[in-house]
Amino acid sequence: MEIDFDPFIISFKLAGITTSILFIVSLPLAWYLSQTKSKLKPFIEAITALPIVLPPTVLGFYILYALSYNSPVGAFFEDNFGIKLVFNFTGLVVASCFYSLPFMVQPIQSGFESLQRSMLEASYVCGKSKFETLLKVALPNIKPSIMTAIIVTFAHTVGEFGVVLMVGGSIPGETKVASVAIYEFVETLDYKNAHFYSAVMVFISFTVLLLVYLFNYRQKRKSFGGLS
Amino acid sequence: MIKIDISKKLHGSVGEMELGIDIEIEEGSFVALSGESGSGKTTFLRVLAGLEDVDEGTIKVQGKLWLDKRGKKSFCLTPQKREIGFVFQDYALFPNMTILENLLYVKKDLSLALKLLEMVELEELKHRFPSSLSGGQKQRVSLIRALMSRPKVLLLDEPLSALDPAMRTKLQQEILTLHKEFKITTILVSHDPSEIYRLSDRVIVLKEGKLKNDGNPKEVLLRTAGSQKFSFEGELLDIFKMDVLNIAVVSIANQLVEVVLDSTEAKELKAGDIVSVSTKAFSPVVTKVR
Repeated sequence: MEIDFDPFIISFKLAGITTSILFIVSLPLAWYLSQTKSKLKPFIEAITALPIVLPPTVLGFYILYALSYNSPVGAFFEDNFGIKLVFNFTGLVVASCFYSLPFMVQPIQSGFESLQRSMLEASYVCGKSKFETLLKVALPNIKPSIMTAIIVTFAHTVGEFGVVLMVGGSIPGETKVASVAIYEFVETLDYKNAHFYSAVMVFISFTVLLLVYLFNYRQKRKSFGGLS
Repeated sequence: MIKIDISKKLHGSVGEMELGIDIEIEEGSFVALSGESGSGKTTFLRVLAGLEDVDEGTIKVQGKLWLDKRGKKSFCLTPQKREIGFVFQDYALFPNMTILENLLYVKKDLSLALKLLEMVELEELKHRFPSSLSGGQKQRVSLIRALMSRPKVLLLDEPLSALDPAMRTKLQQEILTLHKEFKITTILVSHDPSEIYRLSDRVIVLKEGKLKNDGNPKEVLLRTAGSQKFSFEGELLDIFKMDVLNIAVVSIANQLVEVVLDSTEAKELKAGDIVSVSTKAFSPVVTKVR
């Protein structure tokens, strides 16, 4: 049996890049949402959470439209940078970032919100800027939330199907990810490969989740273990 | 001299309330801030620290303007720039840092950190994390951490209310020692009359956001001053009959006492009432217990 590993590689490459980008984007956003008293907060939160409830096809359709040459965004990128954003890997990354945004923002935001407010204030009072407080006090104390956010985002991107199919199509070696490959195997009644691919996905997903829970379990034990 | 004149609308538990305080505090003094809960003490402290905004007001500390909000003028120094130490009721230590790192985070001054640790007898715990400390130890760390930046004003928000009485007495002594050593203006929010009496040289009592009483602790706290009378408030727990006598059990400051009532008194009172128990105190017996 000849096994093509490309779809797995593309899936994990996509998930890795998406997770890295989202981590950097989500940190300030989650921090802002956790600290702000602005009336805009519910609106921003609603927009951030939208990808959870929208059918992937709706999201996929809008992203496809927005990134194509028919829209100002797509035209801008193609005319100025010569970058095509649909039916290639770059387009997939952009689409995945929208699709997985809530999975990164929400755990980090609730991590920040669970921090003792007086702890942050204590840092301000002794002269530390908000940025330094975020870096040295807030972040180190929400490690489990960050871990959860990263892993869930990664896993969610690996598990993407609808958006990827709509924005990327199924170009072998470029946009054909594992979930799309499995769909095609089933369509062509190639159950042998479908079984193999699916089993690999189950195994990897389970392992990743297990590692997260083990990590969080140990973090919790560590922070409460010292109590006499 | 610290000059404070602020006003702020509060949405408290008793509805809308206006916090309006205009006082001057002498440098190096120890001021206790007292009053019922919801009277605006903590808000006042947080306004001083710059952690909360006001509607209008000015704060001037040693000639330097911290806050100036009048009409269109709006100047507010951030908490970072106010040179204050703040001790929170819930300690607010950084759990990701050891005790020593907690101190050095404020200022990289190892000799000061070690000196402070020694003053509160915590040198041996300096490499431990806060989660492994008791409440009293945590609050001592919090207290000395607030002093690491050598602040001009030290603000303490009910720092000892979560601790047991013995630990409280010990920490009160330490607060007083540090206050004198650093010659720092200290403002303490407290409910505990004995704590206020022991520590402060001025008490400010707030009621519904306004100044209710202001003076030295003796004048303000000793309600029966000059009458040579013992008078204590307590909760009536029980009334029972023993032969012809009516006996009342009253809880006064965590101690239970039995008092004899006559029958008319006994009829008027019921368990749960807050009562005052008093007697002339010309020749009380005072014996040393400890």
